Amino acid sequence: MMSQVFLATTMALVLLIFLTLVRALGGPTVLDRIVGVNMIGTKTTVLLLLIGLIYEAMPMFIDIALAYALLNFIATIGACKFFRHSKQINLEDDLATEEEVSA
Amino acid sequence: MNWIVTILLALAVFFFAIGTIGILRLPDFYSRLHAAGKCDTLAATLAVSAIALYNLHDLSFGSILVSWKVFAIVFFIFMASPTATHAITKAALIVGVVPWHKKKGGRK
Repeated sequence: MMSQVFLATTMALVLLIFLTLVRALGGPTVLDRIVGVNMIGTKTTVLLLLIGLIYEAMPMFIDIALAYALLNFIATIGACKFFRHSKQINLEDDLATEEEVSA
Repeated sequence: MNWIVTILLALAVFFFAIGTIGILRLPDFYSRLHAAGKCDTLAATLAVSAIALYNLHDLSFGSILVSWKVFAIVFFIFMASPTATHAITKAALIVGVVPWHKKKGGRK
């Protein structure tokens, strides 16, 4: 019974990851993509633990999930430090284009 | 025990769904970051706590060790996710992403 609960949670998380991928692929600015990738990484950490519960190999998957959480945090901080001094970010969000259309 | 784990996992999926809807539907970068930061932290904490609680259903040394590692992941997510959100916000403010205004002439 509990394995079915874990399987249903895993399927819902995979669906939500694909929905978050829409923002990560088509975000107006680079920072939107960073937020989307950060959310995907958090969901993937939970997903790895659930896969470990389903396959009953928890002591192996726990280390993978811990390393994934650490790498996700470091990647987010590094990307923020990199794009902080960048001039290449597209600052025109969808609100600005809406205003231009209405004006 | 199983019912507590099921309820915690259902709440986690609910908050993950709310965060995803927020990141897809909200109009501004900062409001999207608001939805992403809070809902993700709460949902990940709930889900990983449920997994650690389920892992303790047989009390042996190995399962206690694994549950201690899972609680280490909970602690790390609880520390790291708001820090990452703060770093993204600071980078956006330095780069100059304009916040959303209700007035039309309010944008600089």
